[in-house]
Amino acid sequence: MQFLSYLINGLGLGSVYAIIALGYTMVYGIAKMLNFAHGDIIMVGAYIAFFAITKFSLPFPAALMAAILVCTVLGVVIERLAYKPLRQATSLAVLITAIGVSYFLQNGAQILWSSSSKVFPSVISSGEIRLGSASVSYLTLITIATCIVVMICLTLFINKTKTGSAMRACSEDKGASMLMGINVNRIISITFAIGSGLAAIASVLLASTYPSVYPTMGSMPGIKAFTAAVFGGIGSIPGAFVGGLILGIIEIFAKAYISTQLSDAIVFAVLIVILLIKPTGLLGKKINVKV
Amino acid sequence: MNKISSILSRSQDKQKRGRVLSFAIVIIAYIIIEIMLKTGSLSSLFSSLLVPVTCYVVAAIGLNLNVGISGELNLGQAGFMSVGAFCAVCVSGILAGTVTAGIPRLIISMICGAALAAFFGFLIGIPVLKLQGDYLAIVTLAFGQIIKSVFMNAYIGIDSEGLHYSFVDSSFKLQPGGKMLLNGPMGATGTAKIANFTVGIVLIIIALLIVYNLMFSRSGRAIMAARDNRIAAESVGIPISRTKMLAFVVSAALAGAAGALYGLNYSTLVPNKFDFNTSILILVYVVLGGLGNMTGTIISTVILILLPELLRSLQDYRMLIYAVVLILIMLVTNNEQLKSKWKSLTGRKAKGGASNG
Repeated sequence: MQFLSYLINGLGLGSVYAIIALGYTMVYGIAKMLNFAHGDIIMVGAYIAFFAITKFSLPFPAALMAAILVCTVLGVVIERLAYKPLRQATSLAVLITAIGVSYFLQNGAQILWSSSSKVFPSVISSGEIRLGSASVSYLTLITIATCIVVMICLTLFINKTKTGSAMRACSEDKGASMLMGINVNRIISITFAIGSGLAAIASVLLASTYPSVYPTMGSMPGIKAFTAAVFGGIGSIPGAFVGGLILGIIEIFAKAYISTQLSDAIVFAVLIVILLIKPTGLLGKKINVKV
Repeated sequence: MNKISSILSRSQDKQKRGRVLSFAIVIIAYIIIEIMLKTGSLSSLFSSLLVPVTCYVVAAIGLNLNVGISGELNLGQAGFMSVGAFCAVCVSGILAGTVTAGIPRLIISMICGAALAAFFGFLIGIPVLKLQGDYLAIVTLAFGQIIKSVFMNAYIGIDSEGLHYSFVDSSFKLQPGGKMLLNGPMGATGTAKIANFTVGIVLIIIALLIVYNLMFSRSGRAIMAARDNRIAAESVGIPISRTKMLAFVVSAALAGAAGALYGLNYSTLVPNKFDFNTSILILVYVVLGGLGNMTGTIISTVILILLPELLRSLQDYRMLIYAVVLILIMLVTNNEQLKSKWKSLTGRKAKGGASNG
């Protein structure tokens, strides 16, 4: 059964997209901005993990923690310096600033670490599990498991903690939440921190699946994840999760059954068709939990 | 009543002055550059940039119509340029035997490129009627990606038996004397370079004429009304979808014509040239120049294309500086505190200059 292994591989790729899309959708829900630099935070995370493993020969969990730490700090710093002064500006101005940040990160990485691609060491064992007649690599299973864990933790955090409810309040009405004594600036910083931390996790999974690290590696997964977030209904956390998974499955199926080269075209064509049927994405408006 | 009419006529005067200014800038720039070309005082680097600059100016004017006047974010302008470019390259290749003179062939190719891009604009415009805001942006983004991957896999050849095409590989056999027009990821190769700067300038002027005529016509006011308040515009009987579609199709046609000129300026053109980054770059020109301000768009496009070239001596750091400049400009022009600081700084400078002079 080839179908089953394609499906699981699709879920694996979709999990990576979902984790990245969560970052997009959270930032959109709270700050109402499209953070185009999100994809480049992934790239920074991958480089940090790469150097932690090869140069400082840290064990994998430590490298992952280093990547998460650096990305989180980077996300918060970028928000403070580039986005916070534009809180009152039009969304297009913020969008262009985010593009500027994206250029900055890409070209900074090119100067610091050269534009040639580096081979990411295989840290997750390359074994396989047989499920009936289909074989699935450990890496794919770990990716899917990570995505589920991230999703559960995030849902709990947003629904059960005080900060989480503050986030929900901010996404609904910033002015009213300010009057209720919520520090909106702090909440936005936390959102950027969480989104960037998730990007770091995604970066390590992505670099393990496609083992090369280069300055523009984040842009294509970034665009796909953004698509996934819109697909599921931007601003909705379950939407980003579902959108990411579906996007991954469509991509792998298109590659397997139709054409490898045209797979991107097929993914985006399906997206247009779905938006025609459901103009606010799969789980748009229906979900009240918008963060 | 008198007051209102005087205010109205004053604002009309201002708009008119803006229009005249943009035409004046284009024509004066053309004259200066032509003189510099004749006297040979323009470096080869800058003269090679002339046609691309005019292409991007036209594409940016088109995008400004879409983003600034119609108020819809479009992230796929490069896709329309791509359609125009490859269509024009094919048309020019087909006509190479029959229309030998460069300029008529260029014009026919550009019209075909613009028409095909307008047709795609119409197709993509159908979702535009249903979607709003970021959902619309993502459809245009998706369109750009689809067009890129389609051209990456398009193989078109011509020989004595007519056109051959395939979306898999170049497996079809061409008769002797036949020629490949599009070659998948390698794109168009061996194109006759028939574009020139004068045609580019004429295209800019035509684009300005079209956009200004549209802006200050009944449909243009309808487009702006639909942008400012969709519900109010609808309630006074403006057909929202038709007006938005008009802006979208005109914008796509301008991008197509610009792409056609661009494609015929190089002997080789790869589909990757018109990717998401190019769309974003054109959007940056528009936003920095000012939404709805065509003069600003022309100036910012020229400056932003020349900036990386002027910074060439800084080598690797030039794009980094470009990024920093971009962020700083956005911060200075959009943050109230920084804006006032900037104003007081420049104000003081101006005063100082006056006392010195």
